[in-house]
Amino acid sequence: MSDSLQTLEVQTRSEYKYGWSAPLDTETFPKGLSEDVVRAISAKKEEPEWLLEWRLKAYRHWLTMEEPNWANIRYPKIDYQDIIYFAAPKKKLNSLDEVDPEVLAMFDRLGVPVDERKALAGVAVDAVVDSVSVATTFREELATLGIIFCSFSEAVKEHPELVKKYLGTVVPYTDNFFATLNSAVFSDGSFCYIPEGVKCPMELSTYFRINAANTGQFERTLIVAEKGAYVSYLEGCTAPMRDENQLHAAVVEIVVMDEAFVKYSTVQNWYPGDKDGNGGVYNFVTKRGICSGYKSKLSWTQVETGSAITWKYPSCILKGDESVGEFYSVAVTNHRQQADTGTKMIHIGKNTKSTIISKGISAGFSDNSYRGLVRIGKRADGAQNFSQCDSLLMSDTCGAHTFPYLEVDNPSARVEHEATTSKIGEDQLFYCKQRGLKEEDAINMIVNGYCKEVFNELPMEFAVEAQKLLSISLEGSVG
Amino acid sequence: MNMNPLLTIKDLHVSIEDKPILRGLNLTVNPGEVHAIMGPNGSGKSTLANVLAGREEYVVHSGSIQYDGRDLFGMEVDERALAGIFLAFQYPVEIPGVSNSNFLKSIINAHRTNAGQPELNSLEMLKFIRSKMAEIEMDESLLKRSLNDGFSGGEKKRNEILQMSLLEPRLAILDETDSGLDIDALRIVAEGVNRLRSKDRAFIVVTHYQRLLNHIVPDYVHVLSEGKIVASGDKSLALKLEEEGYDWIRESSQVSAV
Repeated sequence: MSDSLQTLEVQTRSEYKYGWSAPLDTETFPKGLSEDVVRAISAKKEEPEWLLEWRLKAYRHWLTMEEPNWANIRYPKIDYQDIIYFAAPKKKLNSLDEVDPEVLAMFDRLGVPVDERKALAGVAVDAVVDSVSVATTFREELATLGIIFCSFSEAVKEHPELVKKYLGTVVPYTDNFFATLNSAVFSDGSFCYIPEGVKCPMELSTYFRINAANTGQFERTLIVAEKGAYVSYLEGCTAPMRDENQLHAAVVEIVVMDEAFVKYSTVQNWYPGDKDGNGGVYNFVTKRGICSGYKSKLSWTQVETGSAITWKYPSCILKGDESVGEFYSVAVTNHRQQADTGTKMIHIGKNTKSTIISKGISAGFSDNSYRGLVRIGKRADGAQNFSQCDSLLMSDTCGAHTFPYLEVDNPSARVEHEATTSKIGEDQLFYCKQRGLKEEDAINMIVNGYCKEVFNELPMEFAVEAQKLLSISLEGSVG
Repeated sequence: MNMNPLLTIKDLHVSIEDKPILRGLNLTVNPGEVHAIMGPNGSGKSTLANVLAGREEYVVHSGSIQYDGRDLFGMEVDERALAGIFLAFQYPVEIPGVSNSNFLKSIINAHRTNAGQPELNSLEMLKFIRSKMAEIEMDESLLKRSLNDGFSGGEKKRNEILQMSLLEPRLAILDETDSGLDIDALRIVAEGVNRLRSKDRAFIVVTHYQRLLNHIVPDYVHVLSEGKIVASGDKSLALKLEEEGYDWIRESSQVSAV
């Protein structure tokens, strides 16, 4: 390796010090998990009995479970008694001046609009301004269409019948260790319901959710699209999100009915730890949608650049005839990050179709694994799947792995799988530089070309931010 | 007319992986001139081309290179490119996922921006590229393909000439551009180069065979042997090499110190 390629240690993330010194108040629980804690969480949120019972069933089941260890990741044992399971919302800062300048610099580089910066940085929005805020007007517009978009906690209070009907139908509380834990202690999340025939006119972003308290740890989201409905939902943000809570075990459930289409996009940039791999968020997420209706469609698009460890498989159960599932992913790992991510496409109905495009990028000393399952059931006549899993290696010390699982029980199925592994070489960079391009621009061009197919699926503003985020994540990584 | 040399190389000593390759090379190139560099394998021809472009694996021990009045060693690879140095690679690299048209647009605009010119819009860009492609008889379908990805040897070399004609360099270095080409491809490449000859532009044509020089007639021919230029002359020197091979060079360099 040429020692001319100096590693630029750009500290894109730094200690994000919140500017208060609040004493421990009664809103914050002591560490540890027990049935009492579960009851306390439920009581704090003033939940109905049926939901408390659901949580308790999940908690009791969790006690019988063992943490899975089959993934291609390594991490120190998690002490589940060393976690606070309920915390009050963080105190708001008074202005952008109180925010760490490095965080502000990051916003600048990513081109985050000023108003969004305030919300992302935890700056309190003036009450007067708030009453005419975009978010409020936004919700009113949605309400006229019959669209419900609110926090999960609110939905439990305002629309309990809907929540009760669908909660746990896609990811049952027994599903897996982390989903079960989430079911017992979930804090908050989003609830979205699109009534029959309604096409949501704007992209729904979690940012716009009012009452965006610090609930990221065990987030629970439920999206329901009735017959003929459409919604494009954006989760996450490109700004680096630092969180003291190391374990993030979210659950997302999506129900798509006849001829409905749900597009779920994620850009994830949780704190990845320092370059030696210390600290960093563990993003252990269960995301699944059921295409229960005829010609229903679910499309997952994700750009994962953060977290110390990413462990998730957004999946589609293709139950309805002619239903369609899609998974587009760019997963980046750098320094000491690890990722074991992919998807599951379960073909059950007739003439179902799934598409998987996975682009892994490894740099530094990281490890990046794609794990995907395509299961074609016995009765899934005419099922089609196309999978393309590509790995791009940016250094001599990183790893890329592919674990495809194909289980085909129907003879009329057509399953195609392609995989490539490539490297950005010094030769390629030299060629670009010899044509007048700066090294940074050359890397961006090459990596963006590589990710094009996935970025094309992202809603526009997300795509632009994602491209910038990618280039920042990969600075100084070629060697 | 500018009488100052475009390129002055003085006593250049270069090694790679601790192996000395260039051992005191001297060369002066003026604008408007075409210099051919010939020599046996291992003489350092490609090393010279790569050192001029700025390839860092080649370690410069001593000597100097002045380019257009500037110290070349103080310039980064992309700086040199933007200052008008173009290297037509012997083995052009492939970059899958980056379309040829996207790549060409990026490099053209990088040069234009550097020169204080406005970027070309998509329509102007396409028109510009198409006209140059037609001159080199390059099929337009190559625009949509990934850069050099799956291109034949001839197509890759033509792509180099295309880029050269689009970027209009001041010093164009051709590193064995003729290797692997058939007669027709050779003719087209040579025509592309000849079209670019002008009083402001200089060429360094590195080649192993005299054949190319029938089409790109040089003003000067230099013979590189064991890291030094041991003979210089006009185009007739190339013909002599063709007839007699490189042995007489080695013999005479043992007799006289050059």
